[in-house]
Amino acid sequence: MARELLVQYLIAGLTYGVIYAVVGIGFNIIYNATGIINFAQGEFVMLGGMIAVTLHGFLPLPAAIAGAVVLTMAVGALVEMLFIRWLVKPSVLRMIIITIGVSILIREAALLLWGNGVRALPYFTGNEVSSVAVLGARVSPQVFWAVGVCLALVVLITAWFRWTTWGRQMRACAANRTAASLCGLPTRNLVTLSFVLSAGMGALAGCVVSPITQTQYGIGAGLAIKGFTVAILGGLGNSLAAVAAGLLLGVLESFSVSLLPTAYKDAVSIAVLLLILFVRPTGLFAARLTSRV
Amino acid sequence: MRLPILAVAAALLTASAAPARAAEPIKVGAILSVTGPAAFLGSPEARTIQMLADDLNAKGGILGHKIQLIIKDSGGSPEKAVSFAKQLMEEDKVLAIIGPSTSGETMQIKALCEKGQTLMLSCAAAEVIVNPVAKWVFKTPQKDSDAVLKIFQHMKKTGVTKIGVLASNTGFGQAGKEQIEKLAPANGIQIAASETYDKAATDLTAEVTKMKAAGVQAILNWSIEPAQAIVIKNARQIGLKIPIYQSHGFGNIQYAKAAGAAAEGVIFPAGRLLVADVLPASNPQKKLLEAYKHEYEAKYKEDVSTFGGHGYDAFLLLTDAIRKAHSVDKNKVRDALEHLTGVVGTAGIFKLSPTDHNGLGIDAFELLTVKDGRFAVLAH
Repeated sequence: MARELLVQYLIAGLTYGVIYAVVGIGFNIIYNATGIINFAQGEFVMLGGMIAVTLHGFLPLPAAIAGAVVLTMAVGALVEMLFIRWLVKPSVLRMIIITIGVSILIREAALLLWGNGVRALPYFTGNEVSSVAVLGARVSPQVFWAVGVCLALVVLITAWFRWTTWGRQMRACAANRTAASLCGLPTRNLVTLSFVLSAGMGALAGCVVSPITQTQYGIGAGLAIKGFTVAILGGLGNSLAAVAAGLLLGVLESFSVSLLPTAYKDAVSIAVLLLILFVRPTGLFAARLTSRV
Repeated sequence: MRLPILAVAAALLTASAAPARAAEPIKVGAILSVTGPAAFLGSPEARTIQMLADDLNAKGGILGHKIQLIIKDSGGSPEKAVSFAKQLMEEDKVLAIIGPSTSGETMQIKALCEKGQTLMLSCAAAEVIVNPVAKWVFKTPQKDSDAVLKIFQHMKKTGVTKIGVLASNTGFGQAGKEQIEKLAPANGIQIAASETYDKAATDLTAEVTKMKAAGVQAILNWSIEPAQAIVIKNARQIGLKIPIYQSHGFGNIQYAKAAGAAAEGVIFPAGRLLVADVLPASNPQKKLLEAYKHEYEAKYKEDVSTFGGHGYDAFLLLTDAIRKAHSVDKNKVRDALEHLTGVVGTAGIFKLSPTDHNGLGIDAFELLTVKDGRFAVLAH
């Protein structure tokens, strides 16, 4: 294969990959705090894009994106406070079903609010046809925005967990909720915070990828499945592993297209997921189980 | 004693006489994908037929009957379409079914309508819906084979012989791809690369890279989903400057807007609705197209699309057939529908016959392009 095509496939793969990775991290943050898989994660991405497009009608782009992130965070908090917080010792299954219900609720509300049209934010730099040469391949500047912002998010969230008081408290809550609670940590508020954080991350990712992928009320479900695959692939609870797994899956999908008909793209990623579940059910990078988050 | 009984009897008589004077409404079912991935089709279709039915009822209905529309949202799911079709036929006993919006759904309920002897006026494009002809099944959009031929004519004229084909994994995409593959050899077109992508695809860079690797002279994409806007963006972003052709599924300005600058110069066949304003005054469709466009856009505050037009045509043909049959008996309406000719609709001028349940030819298509973010007739 010619070098420029190789690079072209690789970059396409990385673009898919960072999107999957960010959704995967969103799963992990909430999983760590509560032990549940939040299937409304994809809806946060959708909400981020949709709200930003609406706000961009009367605000400059950066303000619209900031507004969308804050509003989606509020939705995240609301979801937790309305549906999760008041449950007394809920079973994991019950909470998962609740999040699926919430995802349907948000999706249908978005349909009522925005209709079924496809929207997209304008390209941050250049427009739909501009591209930058990278080693002979042509790449849209938005790809750099998406990859850059998503990677920055990962670095920030990792640093936050490691070095801030709230971050440490959340890790404590993740390691042992009862013990954390006995030490006087506000575990309930920390759970809310986990929803707020993952909603905010999803929303920001939804904004930066919106020019590339376009946003519609129903895109959340597909993203949630890919993000879930990535979270499992990396090992549930491990955010950095989710990034690696996301990039891996994206590149794998992209190269599978070069060899196989496109129809097999999703089959390839699901086959990888099954293989991992059989061979290494704890995920690809499960060596450091003790320091999740 | 006798007087009250008489009074009651009189009251009963007048009560039962009143509904007999105002004739029973004609029940017309519609199965449209108002939501879901094919909402671009179903939503304008549902709005259009609702608008037409309201207009007609406000004018007193047809043959003294009001039209009672029963619109079901299938969400683009063939399973739901099947159960709605059964419900409309068995419970509501409708005279006819308008829709479904997609070819996949239509093919699922074709046999049901034949068995239940209920008229179906599909708003979906695939040729297989009316070829072979089924007694109770009609469709209003132009044939996809004619769309392919129209594109091939332009390719031949501009010297394009080696193309890459992209299609979505829907009934529309696959039926179009079949026609492309069937008609290509006879038109001297070689398909150097061919890919099918998921209808919910959000990035097709890898697919267009494959087209680039195959060294094609043009890309022909066949889908009705938002992905058709993504195809053009991705192709331009990786530096492909070759012509891009789209199917008549591109006939919604939203797609051109979604693709922005990348949409400039895209070539696709479509009915004349999208260019109603710039048609010459002599065009027989102009008056109807402008009237529909202005009423729809004033009422719903959104751009008119050819898909809504397919709903328009279905409603128009059905009401014309009822008028011509001068009856609401389904057999008589069907026979009248089959012999309607010269009906000016949004997609073209319909000339139906027992062997042609679509009634449109290749002349119903015009090649359009996108210029400065708007649809325009392609200069010859």
